[in-house]
Amino acid sequence: MKTRRDLLVGIAGVALAGYALSARRSLRAPALAQGLPNTLVQTHDGRSVRFYDDLIRGKIAVINMMYTRCENTCPLGTRNLLRLQQLLGERVGRDVFMYSITLKPDEDDQHVLMKYAERHRVQHGWTFLTAGVEAIRDLRYHLGFVDPDPLLDDDSNTHTAVLRIGNDAYRRWTMAPVMAEPDQILATVNHVDRTIIYTG
Amino acid sequence: MKNEQVIDPEVDAGRRALLKLAGSAPAIGLIAAPRTSGAVVPEMPPSPPTTPWLEELPQVVALALSRGELTPAPRGVPNGESGECGRDKHQRWDEFFEQPELPPGKADLYELRAKEVADWVFHPAYPPQRVWGYEGNTTQGYQLNPTIIARYGQPIICRLFNDLPQDHVGFGTPEISMHLHNLHAPSESDGFPGDYFSASKAGPTLSAPGQFSDYFYPNVYAGLDQYGGIGDPREALGTLWYHDHTLDFTASNASRGLAGFYLLHDELDSGDEQDPNPAALKLPSHPYDYPLLFQDKRFDLSGTHYFDAMDPEGTFGDKITVNGKIEPVLRVARRRYRLRLLNAGPTRFYEFYLVTASDAVQSFSHIANDGNLLPAPLTRDRVRIAPAERADLVVNFANYPRGTVLYLVNRLRQESTRGPKDVRKPGTRVLKIVVDRDPPSPDLSRVPPALRPLPVLDPEDIAAAPIRRWEFARKGGLWTVNDGLVNVKSARATVRRGTAEIWELVNPSGGWSHPIHVHFEEGRILSKTVRGVPATVPLHEQGRKDVFVLGPYTTLRVFLRFRDFVGKYVMHCHNLPHEDHAMMVRWDIKD
Repeated sequence: MKTRRDLLVGIAGVALAGYALSARRSLRAPALAQGLPNTLVQTHDGRSVRFYDDLIRGKIAVINMMYTRCENTCPLGTRNLLRLQQLLGERVGRDVFMYSITLKPDEDDQHVLMKYAERHRVQHGWTFLTAGVEAIRDLRYHLGFVDPDPLLDDDSNTHTAVLRIGNDAYRRWTMAPVMAEPDQILATVNHVDRTIIYTG
Repeated sequence: MKNEQVIDPEVDAGRRALLKLAGSAPAIGLIAAPRTSGAVVPEMPPSPPTTPWLEELPQVVALALSRGELTPAPRGVPNGESGECGRDKHQRWDEFFEQPELPPGKADLYELRAKEVADWVFHPAYPPQRVWGYEGNTTQGYQLNPTIIARYGQPIICRLFNDLPQDHVGFGTPEISMHLHNLHAPSESDGFPGDYFSASKAGPTLSAPGQFSDYFYPNVYAGLDQYGGIGDPREALGTLWYHDHTLDFTASNASRGLAGFYLLHDELDSGDEQDPNPAALKLPSHPYDYPLLFQDKRFDLSGTHYFDAMDPEGTFGDKITVNGKIEPVLRVARRRYRLRLLNAGPTRFYEFYLVTASDAVQSFSHIANDGNLLPAPLTRDRVRIAPAERADLVVNFANYPRGTVLYLVNRLRQESTRGPKDVRKPGTRVLKIVVDRDPPSPDLSRVPPALRPLPVLDPEDIAAAPIRRWEFARKGGLWTVNDGLVNVKSARATVRRGTAEIWELVNPSGGWSHPIHVHFEEGRILSKTVRGVPATVPLHEQGRKDVFVLGPYTTLRVFLRFRDFVGKYVMHCHNLPHEDHAMMVRWDIKD
């Protein structure tokens, strides 16, 4: 049964939906921040899934943003995340889910992402995602890949250096640099994973 | 879902429904901010309105009570069998206590428990709600975040239990590492960010999880090795505070409420205004020595405190709590008070003025910066404090007739977490002070013309000190120090115990301010430049400090010593979202 508090929060979520969708500003809606969009997204392996229900709900997630033609930070980032994937081992795809969301959905359709994943020998449990331009921007804002300076915010390279790491079951979210040492990123993942005692 | 630029009438109706349901009578206006493109971006509404001056702060703050014993007895090496986390062993333990286990009577013993309380009231307009705090036994029963009174020469062992709900949902994380800002503390008791613990989690720099951790506060002055005894009394600290310092989560955990005062006394600042010792300063003492802890917080439409962990900029508070209350009243007697102001963050800067009901600015004695007594009191009418800075003021309320109403107002405007904007009258009233009675006995306190002398800076020491440059900037959506981001397992600088250095702290940008906190020893600002042009260091910042505010395009040169202890420490921006993302460096002291 819903408590009054749940009801209030629920209504607050509805009430605030209009505010934050277009807001680049730091003043983001709390209910929205805790309720990520359930947008339909395409995976690099050809599936259509709901972002929140299918990819995030109850899971530990490591999320970055990239685009396949990015020549600066993205290839290095992808390589670093491959090392993280190796460190995570069997936990990837079972306890921890890695997602890379394209910043340029116009360039990166499912096939392009699939080729990119294959080229980098990305293993099971790490999924590349694309969607419509608006949906991607919406996801980006909600996940906190955002800069209050509109010029910087419009520059895709602003958003490729950070990992969003969290445990949805506990609404616990933090960040790490994409280029941090992989064992340091692992410690951050371990921090939000309640089953891990020794974080690093 | 679409990217809406206009206000949906249905959404607005839903908002009204919420307000009705929540029983909030006044409508919350929607702010429309113009964008360069000409489009209008709707922003989040502010925290729900509050009627000021409904609740009173206690006239006497609760003081932590020490305990006769801790079971099991504290010891130098961690007590894993009894549930202590895997900290490093206490430095200089044998020197202080001579035995592996603490002998009775050799230290004051405190027990704090980090826990959640379900029904805290920030303001009567908001629902009772959960907060976190350090609960301890006090002069007024068990209370959150009690003020600890410590004394130089009397070591303290503080046993900190982690009783936070391990299945906690929402912002904050239920692991803790408690920093006592800015005690001259051995590194394993400094609340190093990687030393966070719970019964089921060990931070990356701990060897085992645990239910509790013992913190050893030697309460010695810096210069122990150099001067013997208990060190150099000119290095005394006065107004300290303890708060959570868990890696990546300091902003959210401290904002949840894990912060309290630790006041340190000695022969000079003895905490007794009737002290017969002629050396004692006789500053106003408890209960007229009154700590005030300011935090900025934001509340959602239901009046519930929130912090957006998804937002790299953090959450900018538009409500200011004073000792956990929004717009409270403090009733005072007609006599001197020592008010210890602490900006406990997470991000707002303040410039406080004491004004009358008609906004006439009043003067006061400014006696300490960052908790350190100045050489002489300064008569001032304003005080600016960045996150983590402290200001001790003495106000003589005997100058006002009974019934006088005064306000503490913040005139520093700020619109985002990035730094303050400008000073504008009349400002926001955050605390109402009512002078409502005569003191029960004559006021014997005073503010003597000389307070605590500063250690003399030897030009030869300064000339011999190597200069280390630290640049605080922004890169790739994160906050950097010398282009790097925090790694608690790797030191970015190593200094030798007993040496001194000049740290050049640089903010090359105009977009934001960084209050930089260097753990361990107090520093002295040697010079300040803004855009390369020499600037005057204000008198009140010429004493010893542990927070160095880098305004836009500002460079500060700070003289620091590294004495008495070794181990891992940090320097970081105390604008807490900057600290968490990830403007912090580990630096080590070694022999």
